[in-house]
Amino acid sequence: MTVPSTTASPADQPISAEPMAAPARSRADALAPRLLGSRNRLIALGLGILAVVAFFFTGSDTWMNIVNLTLTAAIAALALNVLSGYAGQVSLGIAFFMGIGAYTAAFLGGTPPRSSHDAMGLGLSFVIWLPAAGVVAAVIGALVGPTALRLKGFYLGIVSLGLVFIGLHLFKNVPAIASITGGPEGRSFPAPAIGDFDFRQQNNLPIGFAVTREQAYFLLLVPVVAVCALFVANVMRSRAGRAMQAVRDNETAAAIMGVNILQAKMGAFILSSFLAGIAGALYASHIGYSAPDSPDGTTGWTLLLSIQFVAAIIIGGIASVWGSILGAAFVFALPLVLTTLSIVPQYASSGGLSSGFLNALIYGSLVILFLLFQPGGIVGLLRGGWFQGRVPRFLGLALRRKGGGPANTLSTTH
Amino acid sequence: MADLIQTLFFGLALGSTYALVALGFTMIYKASGVINFAQGEFLLVGAYITAAGVFEYQLNFVVALLIALALTVLIGLLFERFILRRMIGRPPFSILMITIGLDILLFQIISARAGALSGLPAAKPFDIYSGIDVGGAHFGTAQFVTIGVTTACVLALVFFFRNTKYGLAMRATALDQEAALAMGINVRTVYALAWGIAAAIAVIGGVLLPLDDGSGSVPITLGQVALRAFPAIILGGVDSVTGAVVGGVIIGLTQQMFTRYDNVFTPVLGSGVGGVAPYVVMILVLLIRPYGLFGTRKVERV
Repeated sequence: MTVPSTTASPADQPISAEPMAAPARSRADALAPRLLGSRNRLIALGLGILAVVAFFFTGSDTWMNIVNLTLTAAIAALALNVLSGYAGQVSLGIAFFMGIGAYTAAFLGGTPPRSSHDAMGLGLSFVIWLPAAGVVAAVIGALVGPTALRLKGFYLGIVSLGLVFIGLHLFKNVPAIASITGGPEGRSFPAPAIGDFDFRQQNNLPIGFAVTREQAYFLLLVPVVAVCALFVANVMRSRAGRAMQAVRDNETAAAIMGVNILQAKMGAFILSSFLAGIAGALYASHIGYSAPDSPDGTTGWTLLLSIQFVAAIIIGGIASVWGSILGAAFVFALPLVLTTLSIVPQYASSGGLSSGFLNALIYGSLVILFLLFQPGGIVGLLRGGWFQGRVPRFLGLALRRKGGGPANTLSTTH
Repeated sequence: MADLIQTLFFGLALGSTYALVALGFTMIYKASGVINFAQGEFLLVGAYITAAGVFEYQLNFVVALLIALALTVLIGLLFERFILRRMIGRPPFSILMITIGLDILLFQIISARAGALSGLPAAKPFDIYSGIDVGGAHFGTAQFVTIGVTTACVLALVFFFRNTKYGLAMRATALDQEAALAMGINVRTVYALAWGIAAAIAVIGGVLLPLDDGSGSVPITLGQVALRAFPAIILGGVDSVTGAVVGGVIIGLTQQMFTRYDNVFTPVLGSGVGGVAPYVVMILVLLIRPYGLFGTRKVERV
């Protein structure tokens, strides 16, 4: 049985995998290939790939670093969006699952200890530790899920918050676990490497072209993010994904329609944990060294990290793949951009502005403003406003006219 | 034995501060069905303004406290009036998140004003290390004051709910908003009142906490105490005043006991178990009673 998508269904999925397309859908959409969507999307995809390639060759390491951070954050934002945006379950626990993923990666991939002071590591290959990071996080999610998901709304939010604190304690203080996490002092994280190609180092390619450390990491992240994004987008179009969204919109109604509520929630929880684990592993691996938290709480697997991701999906767009990516860019790249462009210093000199402060002030205000005036976030703004209507027309991309529909179907939201 | 009694006493005092914070949550939740994530930052704002008044502007403690009360209540009222009221009818997720937005803003503003991470000395109206010693156990003045003020606040609230017109209006609104409206209750006033009271309780809690824990300083992370009061409201059930108090005391006692007898757990669970024990207790209770000890179970009929 098909659960009909509701009005709140995200608009970035114009192509339905279901045989019955919504009547509002134009013919061009209905005929377009399923995976990539309409021709508009194909063009956008082409432009996007061009931009990525252009950036790869021209971007400086500073900017590449910012983009890499954004890309890792985007995976975690996607993870949170699966659980909170699509399935509607309030969660502040994403930092915990990222931590689980990071330490799984560190344990499996880290160099075997030479002295008893070193954190443990098995020295396994990247192709093992990256998926394992996701799987272990997902397993932990599956263990926690049945308890957490019995609770609704605020209760779940608060329990997931408790999870972050319990997690921090485990990572820092419990002797058995601290041998893996390095305790409060932290530990180093393995570099992703396939064969001789180490994504965290400068690589000289045989064709006489050197790839810098950040460029190499970028090469790794772009496909990973693309796969994650495509996967989430497609899951959300599937029966399972629609069940999650039905649960979000109205649990009672979803139950009447035959949706297995617990199964849908668990699915979202496990998928979210999996992605968060992957994100945590890649994030820690990119930094190379990390402690569970810092005295000021600005780094590590802390509540602040969870809150930043919540801010990211609200600002970017709830229940939207692009929203996750844009929101991650906004919240995580902005302070670095501000510093790089020398608009504000990274650290406040004396009572002055620091980039972290300004950033928090901006995203704090934006969370309030977006929730008040544009609950769809940046994506909602673009879609409902000038982007869909004006910009494509301005660029002469009003392609849907060929499909026979009126030109202004572009501004029709699905 | 003396040691145990003292630990229980300190636990009771700590629990009182949690109860105060939890009461703030409960007030707002009962009136408007919202968990105010920024409650912790209200504590920080109150404690900070009081301290700044005493040390920077050389004000009398009571004057500084009154100014802090007035300003914090004003923040609460403005937020309720201009932001939260527009959010009525939105999903709980959005409403929770918008209070997180307020939390981020208040925290950033105070931390920028207070200067990075250096905590500032707390306003101390009396010697916080004084107290009486009975048979080897120390009973501090600060703890007596904390317990006393909390008791007074709870009694005042109970009196307010039972014996005043607005208290009755609040209870009616909490029970059934539409029916309350139909009976001529001004629900907006009730919301404003709830936020005002919650902010005021938070200021009192914020001023008491640094005295009670003996640090005598306002850390910039003071607001995180409210996060530890979350287990208290969850334990008690978020819509119950009794629950807030009982939950607060249970959490305070749990934390203090685990902190005192930390060495028992250190070999296996590591040091600092006291800090996370409230969350563990919370999860255990929720396993058995998903709506807390005193909370109302919502029935949904299909």
